Amino acid sequence: MAEESFLTDDFLRQLMNVGEVDILVGLPTYNNAKTVGPIVHAIQSGILRGFPRERAAIINVDGGSRDGTPDLVRGCSIDDLRPASNLYALRTLHSISTKYASSPSSEVAFRTILAAAELLRAKACVVMSPESANIEPDWLSKLLRPIYHDNFDLVTPTYGRHKFEGLLITNLLYPMTRALYGLRIREAYSPEFGFSGHLGSHFLGQNVWNDGTGRAGAELRFTLAAITGKYRICQSFLGEKIHLEPRAPDLVPALRQTVGTLFSALDPDFPVWSIVAGSEPVPTTGPDQEVLLEPLRVNRKRLREMFSTGVAELESVFQSILSPITLAELQRIAHMGEEDFHYPAELWVRTVYDFAASYQKSVISRDHIIQALAPLFRGRAFTFVIENRNLSAPDVEKNIEALCLEFERLKPYLLQLWKSRE
Amino acid sequence: MREMIISELSQALHEIARSLAHFLPRVIVMLILALVGWVFAYVVKVVLRTVLRLVKFDKLSENAGASQLLSKAALPSATEMLSRFAFWVAWLGFILLGVSVLGILGLQEQVARFFLFLPRLFVALLIMFFGLLAASFFSRAALLAAVNANMPSPRVLSLAVRSIIIVFVFSVVFEELGLAETTMLVAFGIAFGALMLGLAIAFGIGGRDLAQRFLEKKIVRDKKQENEDELSPL
Repeated sequence: MAEESFLTDDFLRQLMNVGEVDILVGLPTYNNAKTVGPIVHAIQSGILRGFPRERAAIINVDGGSRDGTPDLVRGCSIDDLRPASNLYALRTLHSISTKYASSPSSEVAFRTILAAAELLRAKACVVMSPESANIEPDWLSKLLRPIYHDNFDLVTPTYGRHKFEGLLITNLLYPMTRALYGLRIREAYSPEFGFSGHLGSHFLGQNVWNDGTGRAGAELRFTLAAITGKYRICQSFLGEKIHLEPRAPDLVPALRQTVGTLFSALDPDFPVWSIVAGSEPVPTTGPDQEVLLEPLRVNRKRLREMFSTGVAELESVFQSILSPITLAELQRIAHMGEEDFHYPAELWVRTVYDFAASYQKSVISRDHIIQALAPLFRGRAFTFVIENRNLSAPDVEKNIEALCLEFERLKPYLLQLWKSRE
Repeated sequence: MREMIISELSQALHEIARSLAHFLPRVIVMLILALVGWVFAYVVKVVLRTVLRLVKFDKLSENAGASQLLSKAALPSATEMLSRFAFWVAWLGFILLGVSVLGILGLQEQVARFFLFLPRLFVALLIMFFGLLAASFFSRAALLAAVNANMPSPRVLSLAVRSIIIVFVFSVVFEELGLAETTMLVAFGIAFGALMLGLAIAFGIGGRDLAQRFLEKKIVRDKKQENEDELSPL
């Protein structure tokens, strides 16, 4: 059953004019005039190179851009590619742009793409981020080919990243997802991924859009739905990820989108993750992960200070969330000097599991629980930076692997917390 | 003369006996009402306590910060307090009903006023509870926001938010109860105005240079430096 009720009449009319497609590329945008042109050309080029005989459509869903982004998408003609690359379309390449809201919402954008994919009966779909500064045409093939030719249902990317970039992923999201759900998916939350029409329809039909759980971080919920639904998942290495905006996104919104989504999924997914032991690798095309080592300026002093201040100032909040032993240990390390400071992996894992269990029981406002994790994450980030500042890429990988194993080893602690709080 | 005295005395005794005969059943009715009221109030207390325990009211009260206040005052838990309150209100209601049966002039009016006061008391208690809940929520939100924004003295900010909300809540509660309405309104106005004026003077005039440096540091330089040195979490 198509979820067309929330789509505009104009958008539905455009979709009906397209008919059915084999490949659908979703491009959510909001004020991306700087990058959207080259990205659309990369997508068009990727389709013409990799899937010249397939029926394809590019669906741009815009969150009310004020910089003319949708006009730029509509203005990207396939003819612009020909002089340079000698590419010719064997089929009509449809390009549709719709405005889903007057303010941006990645969840609504994703839902619109899923609904369009279902209406067009797309076999393979891919979502591309408008914020990546270096999307290559072959990214499309890397994300679509395993679905279109090898019957996978979800393709998540892996990237070449600096060893200190994406610390929330390497220190929490990846190890915890892996320990709980049993699959070693490096980028469970990513703005670029490919999926089958079956998986898209399955997720679209789930009750995650109106109950609040799907409001933030729907991409992560999508990956978790693929795992719990036992869909076929693989990874594909895309290359180095370069953000257009060098400024780091704020930590608290990032925590809400990732950790908040993961914690909220644990309750409904309990029957699945509670019986999983250990973890398995997923099929991967290209390297599992590429660690880059260029020098990077990190304000370590600020990380440690914000951790210590947080532990001291939020004591009353932590008393509601953490076990007395964990809190006492955190207070002990908070008083250490910069040279001696060390936030060990075991304590970090216990901290995260305490937070997950408290989130489940809503000991205080759930959003406050997520916010309270921010200063502790900074402490862990400080230790990770210190531990790995002089290490080679394989050694950094070894440390990440050791942390993952610690998450797996302490999983019974989470189960115990879960059961004792019921 | 002697016969007259005896007759008057006898008449007076008869009057007393008649009055007693007239009044005694009312006293008995009052006592019965008080007894029935006690049983009813006890049942209300037990039922309410069970319901509150089922809905984990103590947890809610703890989140609101009410439990801490009760604990500091060496009072029982919020569930127990509310159950006892319901018991006394219910029993007092029956006792007053019994007193009104006695037909004592002036007392009936007071009893009626008490029953009219009960809904206001209930509303005031509700306002106080949810007010404390709001104070706890917003003060914690302020604390977390201040800590994550690396602002100085987050606890002072949190305490200020909590105090303002509690003062406001209590002024509304007293107004609802009809107690010292004008005094509370004036007190709230003075307290709130003084706080704002004090902050404005302290920050704007007393520490003008400091305020300038602080704002420059926080908004311009620090932000730039923080953004440059911040690691990308995703």
